[in-house]
Amino acid sequence: MRRAEIVTAVILGIFSVYLMWKSGEPPSWNPDVPRFANIGMIEGEGPGSGFWPFWLSGIMLICCVWIGFNWYRRTSPPSQSEEPFLDSYGKRILALVGAGLLGFLILIHIIGFYGAILVFMFYYMKVLGRHGWGVTTLVGVGLVVFSFFFFDIAMRIVLPKGYLEPLFIPLYDMFL
Amino acid sequence: MDIIVSLMNGILIALEPINLGLAIIGVVVGLFVGAMPGLGSVNGVAILLPFTFVIQSFTGGATSPMIFLAAIYYGAMYGGAISSITLGIPGASTAVATTFDGRPLAMKGMAHYALVAAALASFAGGTVSNVLFTAFAPLLASVALSFGNPEIFALMLLAFATFVGLGGDDIPKTLFSICFGLVLATVGFDIVSGEPRLIFFDITGFTHGIRFLVLAIGVYGIGEMIWTINTSRYGNSMSNVDVSWSNMVDALKRFREAWRGTVIGSLLGFFVGILPAAGATPGSLMSYGVTKMLSRNPEEYGKGAIDGVAAPEAANNSASTGAMLPMMTLGIPGSPTTAVLLAGMVIWGLQPGPLLFTNQPEFVWPLIGSFYISNLVAVLVNLAFIPVFLWMLRMPFTILAPLIFVLSLVGTYAAYMDMFDVWLMVIVGVGAFFLRLLDYPVAPAVLAIVLGPIAEPKLRQSLLLSDGDFSIFFTRPIAGPITVVAIILILLPLLKVIRDRFRGTSKAAS
Repeated sequence: MRRAEIVTAVILGIFSVYLMWKSGEPPSWNPDVPRFANIGMIEGEGPGSGFWPFWLSGIMLICCVWIGFNWYRRTSPPSQSEEPFLDSYGKRILALVGAGLLGFLILIHIIGFYGAILVFMFYYMKVLGRHGWGVTTLVGVGLVVFSFFFFDIAMRIVLPKGYLEPLFIPLYDMFL
Repeated sequence: MDIIVSLMNGILIALEPINLGLAIIGVVVGLFVGAMPGLGSVNGVAILLPFTFVIQSFTGGATSPMIFLAAIYYGAMYGGAISSITLGIPGASTAVATTFDGRPLAMKGMAHYALVAAALASFAGGTVSNVLFTAFAPLLASVALSFGNPEIFALMLLAFATFVGLGGDDIPKTLFSICFGLVLATVGFDIVSGEPRLIFFDITGFTHGIRFLVLAIGVYGIGEMIWTINTSRYGNSMSNVDVSWSNMVDALKRFREAWRGTVIGSLLGFFVGILPAAGATPGSLMSYGVTKMLSRNPEEYGKGAIDGVAAPEAANNSASTGAMLPMMTLGIPGSPTTAVLLAGMVIWGLQPGPLLFTNQPEFVWPLIGSFYISNLVAVLVNLAFIPVFLWMLRMPFTILAPLIFVLSLVGTYAAYMDMFDVWLMVIVGVGAFFLRLLDYPVAPAVLAIVLGPIAEPKLRQSLLLSDGDFSIFFTRPIAGPITVVAIILILLPLLKVIRDRFRGTSKAAS
């Protein structure tokens, strides 16, 4: 945990510097404007567009230095801890849940939300949760039916359906 | 006396069967829309606005359609707390602060305390704001108008100052979190100059900015769920809630503990709600911060304090009525939902503004009467549904967790219809989980991204007004005292850190 504390502080510090640098970017349609011209007061316009994010990023950088100082003095709880940042269970869970979520996101683009919900529920309940086929099917199909009627029919919020779109056309004909 | 007679007449009209029926339907619809992650009162009101034309064709006037929309608004404000408490996902931005203590209470098996406190505090907030609205509408409208850019920025600064106390003892991490949220709020086009800012890697998805709900659902939906799985190691259920009458009666009794948060939330929420461009979200966040600051046991907040649920819930309901005040008396909407309501009023031929109360009393008083009725209906419906909400918590965790993941993804898409936001939400959630492992408080970042888009333009317009002179925030009669109080509140924790260091050094030396 102690090493993770300082590594994170350094990464966030570098990110703060990047944000300061990015805040000073000139507008793309006027590249002649020098970088950081927008972080102060502009005559007749007040503070420039980079004023607020630049100085806030500066405070973020100071905070990262302060966190580093606390780490050196061992005053914050993570800087005193010798426990691992993530134990083997945490790593395994993060990998399984992360893989499920990543698969869900990718499947949305292929078979749409409703198909992806069904696959994700089967993955999570059957594979990770070890529930029976009956409960898994009931919850998975029930969730898809509820989501379709709530979002697509009642709220008129059309969720993407990917390659499964033709399956829903008869339902639209019936309910809309 | 005239006001009381007009109000009674208005309540009688609101109690007519058609209007009462519309109020009940509106509250129930609003409750479920508000409880759905990603959807809030603005979605409910906007989506059902066309339906009001059907109502108008039956009833003939603007009163019944407006009562229906106002009831949806009320129902949604109550409903936002439900998903915050039971699932840990804020139903809408107004319910974020409810998650801070509502969720820990649910995790301890005390969700019934949180749900009852949320319902009763919402009712109290709604009632207080209705009374204030009825009695002082024209006067308060002029007070709201005296808040210019410097005053509203000072108020936002005060809100940030209360956040410093939200993050716990690690001041640099809390400050980092606030500033990070404020910087994320600037991503996208600058509304003052029109220049694109912080468009990372030229990804076009960033041009519309990082939306609040993306961050809130990412942090509280995905991040919180991964955290819970990691810490609970897949316990059988989230919490063991016993849905019994004695438990409900006990929860009603324990609401007495939440009187302080309810009073602060009701008054502060209403006041922030009437300010143009503020709305219910800043009101609920500030009420939470102030209640924590004034509490004798501030260390209990964030771990399951009933006051921590009551304060934001009283405030968001109070503010939702407060936001109606500038809409009706000045024609200025105080929130996105009131903007839709304003559009409805204009469509029905009404002219919101200072003369509305004198020119169209036959519309105004039944509407105000319906606020009282909707508030009462909402609390009764909410209390009646609590066993259903609690039942959700009794599900095995391996069913509830994927449900929450699915609702987070669908809710984010439903809010903005943009897959970029869904990807970003998941990335934010995983990032929030890692930061939480290292004790970085994420709540202040979520709060900052709400207030950032209000605070920055007010700061820049104020400095434009003063020609870059920061003394404008100290010399004006309203802004000055607020700014000084905010600075003192920011400095207090810093002084505490320095004092503790000094004492530690002295002890070591002796």
